[in-house]
Amino acid sequence: MFAYVIGRLLATIPVMAVVAVFVFFLLRIAPGDPAAIIAGDDATTQDIENIRAKLGLDRPMLEQFALWCWRLMQGDLGISIFSNLPVTQLIAQRLEPTLALTVSTLLVAVVLAVPMGVLAAWKARSLADRVVMGFAVMGFAVPVFLAGYILIYVFSIKLGWLPVQGYRPIAQGLWPFVEGLILPSIALGTTYCALIARITRASMLEVLSQDYIRTAESKGLATPRVLLLHALKNSAVPIVTVIGIGIALLISGVVITETVFNIPGLGRLTVDAVLKRDYPIVQGLILVFAAGKVLVNLMIDISYAFLDPRIRY
Amino acid sequence: MPSSIPASGTEAPAAEAPPQGPWTFARRNPTIVIGGLLMLVLVGIALAAPWIAGDPLKLAPVNRLRPPSERFWFGTDQFGRDVYARTVHGARVSLVVGFSVAIAASLIGLAIGLLCGFYRTVDAIAMRIMDGIMAIPSILLAIALITLTRPGLWVVIAAIVIPEIPRIVRLTRSVVLTLRAQPFIEAAIAGGTRTPRLLLRHILPNTLAPLIVQSTYIAASAILTEAGLSFLGVGVPPEIPSWGNIIAQGRSFFLIAPWSILIPGAFLAVMVLGVNMLGDGLRDRLDPRLARRM
Repeated sequence: MFAYVIGRLLATIPVMAVVAVFVFFLLRIAPGDPAAIIAGDDATTQDIENIRAKLGLDRPMLEQFALWCWRLMQGDLGISIFSNLPVTQLIAQRLEPTLALTVSTLLVAVVLAVPMGVLAAWKARSLADRVVMGFAVMGFAVPVFLAGYILIYVFSIKLGWLPVQGYRPIAQGLWPFVEGLILPSIALGTTYCALIARITRASMLEVLSQDYIRTAESKGLATPRVLLLHALKNSAVPIVTVIGIGIALLISGVVITETVFNIPGLGRLTVDAVLKRDYPIVQGLILVFAAGKVLVNLMIDISYAFLDPRIRY
Repeated sequence: MPSSIPASGTEAPAAEAPPQGPWTFARRNPTIVIGGLLMLVLVGIALAAPWIAGDPLKLAPVNRLRPPSERFWFGTDQFGRDVYARTVHGARVSLVVGFSVAIAASLIGLAIGLLCGFYRTVDAIAMRIMDGIMAIPSILLAIALITLTRPGLWVVIAAIVIPEIPRIVRLTRSVVLTLRAQPFIEAAIAGGTRTPRLLLRHILPNTLAPLIVQSTYIAASAILTEAGLSFLGVGVPPEIPSWGNIIAQGRSFFLIAPWSILIPGAFLAVMVLGVNMLGDGLRDRLDPRLARRM
């Protein structure tokens, strides 16, 4: 068990190294002169030179790379071109809303999707199954912003139940905080929920056809007990895998959801940075998001060992 | 599929199925037919755009923010532009992006995947790079690529292709690795077949079925990514109407003119639904092993 966890942990190092190298060279091998593009159309030669110096592009490639790696290992992601603030500080300021949105979406999606998938598998080929599968196929096609605007239109404008947009930090009280997260979480969670429901159903269907389920039923165990303890527990590995794969989807969706609902998180920071072509921020955000994704995958890998004790690498 | 290749796990059972009429086909494969029809209609609309709709860029401030009516089927936006004309023209961008990304990502991914499955050194290096690319959320990678170049349709396509390549590489590689252990490949190697011929003649045809299925899903995700990028203002330039940038431009007038967001959004959802249904149907038909796993 311990060796497995250490092994997985070590396996994340080359992935992050590749991401770091990739991000570094992306700026250097980009077609055209990145400094000129970042500076914009009406920049003077001096402006371009300044940006080039700021990005370190005026020094030899190897020296740049060594410096970048050295700083990265110390947790220094560089300095924003426009605000002159350290990128780590900018990211830290915007972290809370994004983290809150991601966690609440994860909760909403899993809490809705797993029972839906279990129900669909249990009552396979019934009306309930068709409704759940219909939702799964539709939900996967609805873009986050469409879901977001429909929800705003119905629940905020027509019914007036929830705030239209915006985010309140948890420090301002629990209800305002939760209230602002309900619609964004549902909008962002729709696709994710569809994906999990579908896999839960498929995985449950496979387990439900096993002999030990028939045994459990024939010895008179109550249906909920068979479904949850015998079947769901054994279908957990594929479900957890998809929850992990979906995190990637979720992170991409966060950027769009934050724009729809005006949430000042990392997604907004990304979009603002891109529109101003503030490359150090974009670079830092890619590293942070990639690290988040790698971390989630690591936790998923470790959870396998608990969910299925037979797994040993 | 050429008859010289013995049956393997990935071969479609459809090859042996008796010939069937169109109605039987439709009854047995409802998802392919519904998805295919949706796509046909949307492709038709996109191709006929210049004839069935007016100028999507024509400004008419007199008619600004009109609700849907007989004259403006989908209403007008804040500049008085016809949302119907813009939506119909927007279908073109989505389709071009979906098709180009699916084809480019499949071809590049297939080439890398075949090499990875056959050469260990290529495999070791390429798979580490793929792991790295996969760790970066696709929309962020696309955004980063776009930050460094000037906006344009082809830049957007290239930026979406790169994050999609690893999916194809991993798929092709896994199929190749399974195939390599098959007796007919061993026989071909023992018979002195050279590697290029082995790859093209014996391995490649067997990767096609799962590849077609996967590239359909990539088309769907590319269409959504393009819409997302254009919505964020980093995608297709505003002078080319795309569903994403129509929605982005309608944002500030959402309360007064919700149609300029909801209608292109609904078209986008229908297109993605059509492509996904086509993918599900093709998967059930071409790749039954995968179908059972889903």
